Amino acid sequence: MNINATLLAQTIMFALFVWFCMKFVWTPIIAALDARKKLIADGLADAERAKQDLELASKRSAEILREAKEKAGEIVANGDKRASEIVEEAKGQAKIEGDRIVAGAKAEIEQEVFRAKEQLRTQVSAIALAGAGKILGREIDAKAHNDLLDKLVAEI
Amino acid sequence: MSSEAPTSAEYIQHHLQNLTYGQLPDGTWGIAHSAAEAKAMGFWALNLDTFIMSLLLGAAFMFVFYRAAKTASAETPNGLQNFCEWALEFIDTSVRGSFSGKNNMIGPLALTIFFWVFSMNLMDLLPIDYVPHLMAALGVPFFKVVPSTDPNATFGMAIGVFLLVLYYSVKMKGFGGFVGELTLQPFGKWGMPVNLLLEGVNLIAKPISLALRLFGNMYAGEMIFILIAIMGSTWVGFTMGGVTLFGSQILLSLGWAIFHILIITLQAFIFMTLTVVYMDMAHQEHH
Repeated sequence: MNINATLLAQTIMFALFVWFCMKFVWTPIIAALDARKKLIADGLADAERAKQDLELASKRSAEILREAKEKAGEIVANGDKRASEIVEEAKGQAKIEGDRIVAGAKAEIEQEVFRAKEQLRTQVSAIALAGAGKILGREIDAKAHNDLLDKLVAEI
Repeated sequence: MSSEAPTSAEYIQHHLQNLTYGQLPDGTWGIAHSAAEAKAMGFWALNLDTFIMSLLLGAAFMFVFYRAAKTASAETPNGLQNFCEWALEFIDTSVRGSFSGKNNMIGPLALTIFFWVFSMNLMDLLPIDYVPHLMAALGVPFFKVVPSTDPNATFGMAIGVFLLVLYYSVKMKGFGGFVGELTLQPFGKWGMPVNLLLEGVNLIAKPISLALRLFGNMYAGEMIFILIAIMGSTWVGFTMGGVTLFGSQILLSLGWAIFHILIITLQAFIFMTLTVVYMDMAHQEHH
């Protein structure tokens, strides 16, 4: 229990241990702890960012889906409109065509009637001429009575 | 052991005697074989047991921590690294709690103190006769296995802390500032002698209280272990008294050892915390 040189030895030993601890124990372990702290913080930040990204992406996808639906609806509506337009157009065209055909037919009929009338008229005049010739008993000089005949034909 | 059946006084004395190496009365250098011889060696003698044990213990825990530190990485830590990191964070937290300045040395200082003192104190839990008997068998007359029951060890550390306190006081406040702190308060410059006396006592009390608190606690604890051990040493055969004493020794040793687990940890922690507080005071302008 005497105070002796052990005191000095202990002080020196103490200093050496503190030095060793500081240089080879404390610093590397604290560095590792700090590095891990940073790693974890980074990981959490990444996770947070990923979560935000996911949220954003899902929002975006919902938007895209909505837009697509809208567009699809629009396309369908357009298609319907176009179809009815086409039908209307076709109807119009058919009507015009029909009218045209009817008009053509009418014109032809009129022409036919006219021609028939014409023919009838000439035939009638010929019949009339023949009848008149028979009645008069002689041949009517067609040349002499041509103007008379024409007048008659015009009258019929 | 000086004889086959030592008296209680001899037993106690034997247990409290350090293995001292120094100059013997006849002028040669060697190991003292009695307390008187050790005393006669004067200052230039070395307590080999204290020295060896504290060196071994300090080196052992430094080695453990060093191994953990060498492989320390930010990845998932293994068991040893876990323990060392936990210990470090525990020390770091208590340092941050009481040290407000910024000094990279305080953490390692506190860690070293805590684990060194703790491991030295832990030797107190070894059965007190084992090591001395083993050493006796090896031809070594004395061996005190608990370095912290040697005031040389505790004062050695306390002086180390004291030197650091002085160093940082001067470094932080300047020599003038430090002297001013010692002489100009609490009573102003006209009360300089009184101030110096008060503050001087205050300053000197730091290392002394550090060293004596640890030494006193460990010494007293060791003493009680010795006294408990004496109870059973008077073995007289299977008589009522003999068996009772023997049983009491076992129970009391167990109880005291369990209680001592608390004390050794507490003393290590107190030494560490007070060191940190003293260092904090040294770093602050006014306290």
